[in-house]
Amino acid sequence: MLVTGVARQLGGRFVRRIQRDPDVDRVIAVDAVRPEHHLGGADFIQADIRQSTIARVLAETGADTVVHLDVTATALGSGSRTTVKETNVIGTMQLLGACQKSPNVKRLVVKSSTNVYGSAPRDPAVFTETTAAKSLPSGGFAKDIVEVEGYVRGFARRRPDVAVCVLRFANILGPTAETPLVSYFSLPVLPTVFGYDPRLQFVHEDDVIEVLRIGSHEPVRGTLNSGTFNIAGDGVLLLSQCSRRLGRPTVPLLLPAVTWAGTLVRTLGMTDFAPEQIRLLTHGRVVATDQMRETLGFTPRYTTAETFADFARSQGPGLLPPEALAGAVDRIAALPVAGGGHPPTQSAN
Amino acid sequence: MADAKVIPFDDDRSRGSAVQRPSRRRSAGSRRRSGEPAPVREIGEVTEVREVQALPTGAVPHDDVPVTGEEQPWRPDDDGGGLERRIAGGLSFLRRRLTGDYDVDDFGYDQELTDQVLMSLLRPVYEKYFRVEVKGVENIPAEGGALIVANHSGTLPLDGLMMQVAVHDHHPAGRHLRLLAADLVFVLPVVNELARKLGHTLACSEDAERLLAQGDLVGVMPEGFKGIGKPFGERYKLQRFGRGGFVSTALRQGAPIIPCSIVGAEEIYPMIGNAKTLARLLGFPYFPLTPTFPWLGPLGAIPLPTKWTIQFGEPIPTDGYPPEAAEDPMLMFNLTDQVREQIQHTLYKLLVQRRSVFF
Repeated sequence: MLVTGVARQLGGRFVRRIQRDPDVDRVIAVDAVRPEHHLGGADFIQADIRQSTIARVLAETGADTVVHLDVTATALGSGSRTTVKETNVIGTMQLLGACQKSPNVKRLVVKSSTNVYGSAPRDPAVFTETTAAKSLPSGGFAKDIVEVEGYVRGFARRRPDVAVCVLRFANILGPTAETPLVSYFSLPVLPTVFGYDPRLQFVHEDDVIEVLRIGSHEPVRGTLNSGTFNIAGDGVLLLSQCSRRLGRPTVPLLLPAVTWAGTLVRTLGMTDFAPEQIRLLTHGRVVATDQMRETLGFTPRYTTAETFADFARSQGPGLLPPEALAGAVDRIAALPVAGGGHPPTQSAN
Repeated sequence: MADAKVIPFDDDRSRGSAVQRPSRRRSAGSRRRSGEPAPVREIGEVTEVREVQALPTGAVPHDDVPVTGEEQPWRPDDDGGGLERRIAGGLSFLRRRLTGDYDVDDFGYDQELTDQVLMSLLRPVYEKYFRVEVKGVENIPAEGGALIVANHSGTLPLDGLMMQVAVHDHHPAGRHLRLLAADLVFVLPVVNELARKLGHTLACSEDAERLLAQGDLVGVMPEGFKGIGKPFGERYKLQRFGRGGFVSTALRQGAPIIPCSIVGAEEIYPMIGNAKTLARLLGFPYFPLTPTFPWLGPLGAIPLPTKWTIQFGEPIPTDGYPPEAAEDPMLMFNLTDQVREQIQHTLYKLLVQRRSVFF
């Protein structure tokens, strides 16, 4: 089994976990940089998937399963957006080219993202795997994903003998996750877009590892693990709910101001806050997971709310911890006469 | 609309003894008197329960919000401490809202906020301002998916909201209406947030089918902007029903179609002109000019206090058709026409029965 993108926490965790499975003989971990975390007993090969060396690696090792995790939104360390894009798109092309040459490859798992659907007010409320995005993403990670999936589809056409599994993950959260949304939620005060309360869906890291395992093994009887699947925890959280559960106050800004500030911050290079993130935090995105349950046979252990709770615990208290607010309300409730009729309308939002 | 030729339609028959049809001549007066007590009594009951029960935990069947223990279902015979109960209920509601401890569904529908806050804001408009009279609410099935198809009018989509309150407050099973709204609603800030929390979603077949498949009650106004933005002179003349997509959606899900006629909404903003250039500049489908708007500024945006009637007609079943029926354009046009005719006839009938626009 060959795994790319192991220098990331997620890749590292997956490599460590997959080696414990009995039908995995050998794991070859590939990345352009040496990972800081240990990889269990996996063989690490330092190779850049943007170069054709990856074909040699694949040919020499004779891997039968390729797990492509090196499709990411943010750079590792101090990489620029260009490097990320090249790794995503050119890297995928090289890897797929190598896979096509290799007669041993029987199974390919690609980590994708629900970013592929974009995020627009004119989209249906819930995306299924077959929904076509109304407005194709114009740039950034979302566009990379669209292109990556296009190449993967082409590969699947040319090599029908290879089982191809594309996993579209919702926003991955967890104690060690490293995504733009995680850095957003760790801001002390969350800037939001005035007048919009996006619906968000999360998937827990543990579930990500689990579903990658399902994708990279032989399918269990009665399930099928080739195809495209949305992977997300059950349920939906609104951004306002997230901020309250996290205990971080929000600052609603007008949409033009947010876009402008995003551009400014990007230009200054402080953080890579992409326009697609702003769109996500404006319109939100929810995907249907029926295929994941029925065809892939996977049921996530964490719901969206549980994933977020787990993430919130790892984040530490914010400026307005929910417990403190609840305590304050309880104290008011404990007062003998709570100042006349308290209309519930006061807390409208 | 005295010139309207009324063809009696048989959707009154099923309602049996509740309202016996009087002779046409006396209908204006006596009909109202005989028809009125029922809805009034119903409103009374509902508000009575609602006032004392700050948190209708019993009324929400699948409310899995973890409740904090202090609110028991309030019994109306227990007089003392009603205020305290309400305060406690309100505080626990506040506590849940502040800590984000509530649930929304995949469409962003916030049932708690809708029941507790948004409906209480809409109810005075519904009861006191437009004095909506609801008929035929028993035509809405107690469970399972159903598609309510209504006429659309009034420049601003207040008719949809009033229909939602009508179903929410009057249906014996306490059903919630999920409206399908135009994409403009989801583009506008604040409006889109409120619409999502009220359970509205984009009018597209994917969303409608998903809701119907979940067994939800879906409301749609197929006339769209053509209906809501038509000039005052064309009031109560139904516009084209889109491409009949709602019929194929209902056919695919086997959900009954319930025609709904709303009288009174046409006159809230008599649209005498349409500033097309301004509309194009703002990106709206039309920019209404009424006798008061925009001449009186925000004051002109207050709707006229017309008296409304919302009549739900007899369901048109769609489950008897083969699965490929949804692809049959002829059948779709026929069904669309049937729904449209039924709504139009009921509209004419209600108009003849109406005493005046305002009373």
